[in-house]
Amino acid sequence: MHVATSPDFKRNATRAIADVSLQKALANSRPQFMARRGRAVAALPEFEALRDTARDIKNHTLANLDFYLEAWEAKLLTAGGKVHWCATAEDARKAVLDICQAAGARTVTKGKSMIGEEIAINDHLERAGITPVETDLGEYIIQLRHELPSHIIAPAFHLNLEDWEAQFRKSHTDLPPDRVFHERRDILTEARTKLRERFLAADVGITGANFLIAETGSSVIVTNEGNGDLTQTLPRVHIVLASIEKVVPTLEDCCSLLRVLARSATGQKFSVYTTFSTGARRPGDLDGPEEYHVVLLDNGRSAMLGGEFQDMLRCIRCAACMNHCPVYGAVGGHAYGWVYPGPMGSVLTPALIGIDQAGHLPNASTFCGKCESVCPVKIPLPKLMRHWREREFERHLTPATVRRGLALWGFVARRPALYRLATRAGAATLGWLGRKRGRFASLPLAGGWTGGRDLPAPEGDTFFARYAKAQRRGQA
Amino acid sequence: MSGRATVLGAIRRALHRGELPSDQATLLRARLAAHPRQLIPARSQVPHAEQIALFIANVEREFGTVARVVTPDAVPEAVAAYLAAQNLPSDIAIAPHPELRAMPWDDRPLLRLREGRAEATDAVSVQHAFAAIAETGTLMLPSAPERPTTLNLLPDTAIVVLRAERLVGAYEEAWDLLRNELGSMPRNVMLVTGPSRSADIEQALELGAHGPRRLHVVLIDDAVA
Repeated sequence: MHVATSPDFKRNATRAIADVSLQKALANSRPQFMARRGRAVAALPEFEALRDTARDIKNHTLANLDFYLEAWEAKLLTAGGKVHWCATAEDARKAVLDICQAAGARTVTKGKSMIGEEIAINDHLERAGITPVETDLGEYIIQLRHELPSHIIAPAFHLNLEDWEAQFRKSHTDLPPDRVFHERRDILTEARTKLRERFLAADVGITGANFLIAETGSSVIVTNEGNGDLTQTLPRVHIVLASIEKVVPTLEDCCSLLRVLARSATGQKFSVYTTFSTGARRPGDLDGPEEYHVVLLDNGRSAMLGGEFQDMLRCIRCAACMNHCPVYGAVGGHAYGWVYPGPMGSVLTPALIGIDQAGHLPNASTFCGKCESVCPVKIPLPKLMRHWREREFERHLTPATVRRGLALWGFVARRPALYRLATRAGAATLGWLGRKRGRFASLPLAGGWTGGRDLPAPEGDTFFARYAKAQRRGQA
Repeated sequence: MSGRATVLGAIRRALHRGELPSDQATLLRARLAAHPRQLIPARSQVPHAEQIALFIANVEREFGTVARVVTPDAVPEAVAAYLAAQNLPSDIAIAPHPELRAMPWDDRPLLRLREGRAEATDAVSVQHAFAAIAETGTLMLPSAPERPTTLNLLPDTAIVVLRAERLVGAYEEAWDLLRNELGSMPRNVMLVTGPSRSADIEQALELGAHGPRRLHVVLIDDAVA
């Protein structure tokens, strides 16, 4: 498994804010994602109603998850596929390696898979002497740079054109070192040529799955490049990495989710390639894999069912939440320190690696609510982050100073007269002290807060005082 | 305990129940068999001529191109004209589909056809569309001996022949065609909307990532005449 740096979130975030190159990439990419989604949503009058439909389909499936997984499996077995049920990441790594070794694989091509990142399958294959090759353009450069993706649908979100050029010169040493990259297209063409050789040579292809379909036993991938399709069509063996919550009942249900997925993710009406795979090559087929395996992963998800975190299992990994998150926008994906960044990661990561490891993440939120408002399956992300904060507090993982501070605040807040007096005095004092600069770079006892940002000085009176004044004037 | 029993057991424990009671399972099986339609956007639920216009507009918006011909016999000429206009080679890997075989390719002696799957060296393919979806300008290409998947992926230029009566409004209608005519799910069904692309470099769109750089639809529509 990847070593999580989530416990160092604060240090990661400070470093990210000072990283000029990262800030340039964030400033370039985020507004584009937000604008594209906005246009796509505005162009479909039924979009809001489709969000309800999507949420309901997922809720129905999760309530009957065992039934739909068994139905999906039964269909797939009749279509000549194999299912490997894996309770843990370790089980899944072993299942994938066993299939690759049985196939005598030397190289393995890979379509983009977040489950692949979650179980760190590349490291595992490499240790066994098998070469994994990422074929999604963004994943490809991430692999060359030995990094984790910084975004769940745009893995190279944090890179600029000059980073691509530099890495390609460093990695593709067989090409003339003085070649010129005039534009992005030249980068793409070089990657296409390099990866074409890999596609043709691979013994096994590994893809993820956006959905599994109980009605037909299918797995579904959604891509724009076509790399996932080449990955699953050319090699002799196709392995699908999927987690248990990916199943949906029917093709109709899947289409409803697809209608909100691409619009929420890239702002496209539909992705270029939406491909349904069902088993191995059929009699008479001229192409396609001879073996089709699904490695089905639980890894902590079943424990989220039936409780306060079940809503998170609706997630269809569109990334709209992180594209619209002010915290993600300030620090990027790597600061979160594990596989899943942004608001969805702040809820999912503690469930998968433990709140003791990932406690900072649900705290890294302003609760502005933008993530929930753009989520295509209406996951109440701020509420779920608050549940994690409560769990953290209950388990005494919250630092002692924070606990003492909260206890003091609780004492004052339960005494309204004292609370109003204290806040009025505080606001007046801070307002007077900060009347020149309008903000504080540091304050006694608030170093933890002002270490990362300035504290704005209060302007004028407290809300209570102003409300009371307005009421007296008959305005409230 | 097997992985299967462990995972299913964990799911049922979390949901505070054992296996679903048989009456509930029967209801769910009936839902799978009936595969009810959910909300379908209104834009594609229009007369067929408008669906054709919507399909063409959507393909073009996604950087594909469409040529309309009146009869199947006019397809080879349209393919030759497209390749000449784009200055592309005239060697073609073509799907061994009966409808394509019935077309008068011999009238275009400059086109050199090879039937079968695509190889890495093929520059141009001609594929047969099972159906198409107006809602998003999407082609439905199910795998079959007469419709190899590699033709959709390996060549730089993918040409797809579509009969207008196979064009429907929404995805759900195309799945019903597939269920009615093919019975079971083929090994692979590709829904293709425009040529391959990537926006992984600075979120700027570039065409021709790993799949075709060009997608050209030849639409056989006798209503045009």
